[in-house]
Amino acid sequence: MELQTDSKLERVLKSGHMAVTSECGPPRSNDPEAIITKADLIKDHVDSINITDNQTSVTRVCSLAACIHVKQMGLDPVLQMVVRDRNRIALQSDLLGAATFGINNVLCLSGDHQSFGDSPSAQNVFDIDSMQLLQTVRLMRDEGKFLSGDEIKKPPRMFVGAAANPFADPFAIRIPRLAKKINCGAEFIQTQCIYNIPKFERWMEGVRERGLHKKVFIIAGITPMRSLGMAKYMRRAVPGMDVPEELIARLEGVEKHKQSEEGIAFAIETIQRLKEIEGVAGFHIMAIEWEQKVPEIVEQSGLYPRPVID
Amino acid sequence: MIVGEQKPFDEIWEMVKEHTKVTVFGCNTCVAVCHQGGSKEAETMASLLRMRAIQEEVDIEFVNSGIERQCEHEFFEGVRDLLEKSEVVLSLACGIGVQFMATKYPSTPIYPALNTTFLGDVMKKGVFTEKCQACGDCVLGKTGGVCPVSRCCKRLFNGPCGGSSNGKCEISKDIDCAWQLVVDRLEALGKLDDYEKVSPIKDWSKDRAGGPRSFKLEEF
Repeated sequence: MELQTDSKLERVLKSGHMAVTSECGPPRSNDPEAIITKADLIKDHVDSINITDNQTSVTRVCSLAACIHVKQMGLDPVLQMVVRDRNRIALQSDLLGAATFGINNVLCLSGDHQSFGDSPSAQNVFDIDSMQLLQTVRLMRDEGKFLSGDEIKKPPRMFVGAAANPFADPFAIRIPRLAKKINCGAEFIQTQCIYNIPKFERWMEGVRERGLHKKVFIIAGITPMRSLGMAKYMRRAVPGMDVPEELIARLEGVEKHKQSEEGIAFAIETIQRLKEIEGVAGFHIMAIEWEQKVPEIVEQSGLYPRPVID
Repeated sequence: MIVGEQKPFDEIWEMVKEHTKVTVFGCNTCVAVCHQGGSKEAETMASLLRMRAIQEEVDIEFVNSGIERQCEHEFFEGVRDLLEKSEVVLSLACGIGVQFMATKYPSTPIYPALNTTFLGDVMKKGVFTEKCQACGDCVLGKTGGVCPVSRCCKRLFNGPCGGSSNGKCEISKDIDCAWQLVVDRLEALGKLDDYEKVSPIKDWSKDRAGGPRSFKLEEF
């Protein structure tokens, strides 16, 4: 497959390997070491590292600056961009800025509503939506144009991704929504955390029925549970999350100090099962503030060593 | 219609307490429907203010009145005298009425008694819900008659975010997910395939972003 960018993630996926990505949340202070330390923990076990963009609407170091730190470590960052906080001028400007630092991946997202974060009284922007951001990145890259139609002499070259939640409602458009994102330009998909494997398998059946797995790389989202409390919280309070009763029961069934171990074991089992599903192109391991566990998960899932591709 | 809600009473009191004669003035169209700003509410408001003045031992005269609409000249005929002689007016109209009066009476303070909250309907008796943001470029024809601008918390044009759950929005179980409603309507209309048509990037210059809007009928 022809490469469109200098992205390592694109190279890994297009050479037929299962990709492994992970993510780091930037710090809430003027502390570059925090991001560098996190990236350092996972760098040998992943192909690319997502940097979140003021996730849960809590103000942090911006995704772009954190990506630059990761890039300067010789790694391949994925710039997450939400359309909540910036209009089309700022989004296009940040895409260009990122490209000047050799940031080669972007993940286009809506962003959590500001009511969840540290500034519930903030205005939200939503000048364009995440699908339109996908179109924007592709327009800039493929046609060398701004949304205004003005020419970009040296276009940014980004490998473009989007999120998908196989568990979100409305049910009737779960597959059409993915098709629409692909139609808007998504080249890879990182999914919501998967705990309900049968439901994810049904979603993938729908994906294959429409041949969408041949048009986009689907990277399955994995977040290990650290405790029973976390599992219960995610089930109760995190929008669009599907945590089945069996997983809760399984964590309840072990002693408290062994729950994190059990959570890791479940994550590894999930990866091993999902690896067998046609159309799953890789794994996105989101170990939230638990990055040190990523190497162990990757190794025990048989995804290590990571491929070296020139 | 325009929906408003009365401001906290203390905030209203702070605005009028330094004056000696206050006209409490209702508007009997939109904000009367939601029982917040009509002549009847103006009468109640004047009574409450009189009681507060007695409690605070200050001498303020409160006169209450009202007209059909505070946003059109013709309705002001019958109250010309009252308003010209008013030291200050506490208007129970929406923000439009307050500004219309402020322009009409340039040297009279006009205070708002209401917060203008939204453009909405009367879903059932006593329940008012937002339905329009006057964005200036209606898309209802493509979204099954459900407005994504006013009813989706992220005003998304191409489908729900990942937070839609059991028909509700991620921010509150009391808010319907607009895109669930769009999809339900498209299904009912036999047009679910239309969901995959990509809605283009919106021209917000027709919205508030393009500056204050107006239009003029040439025949007048």
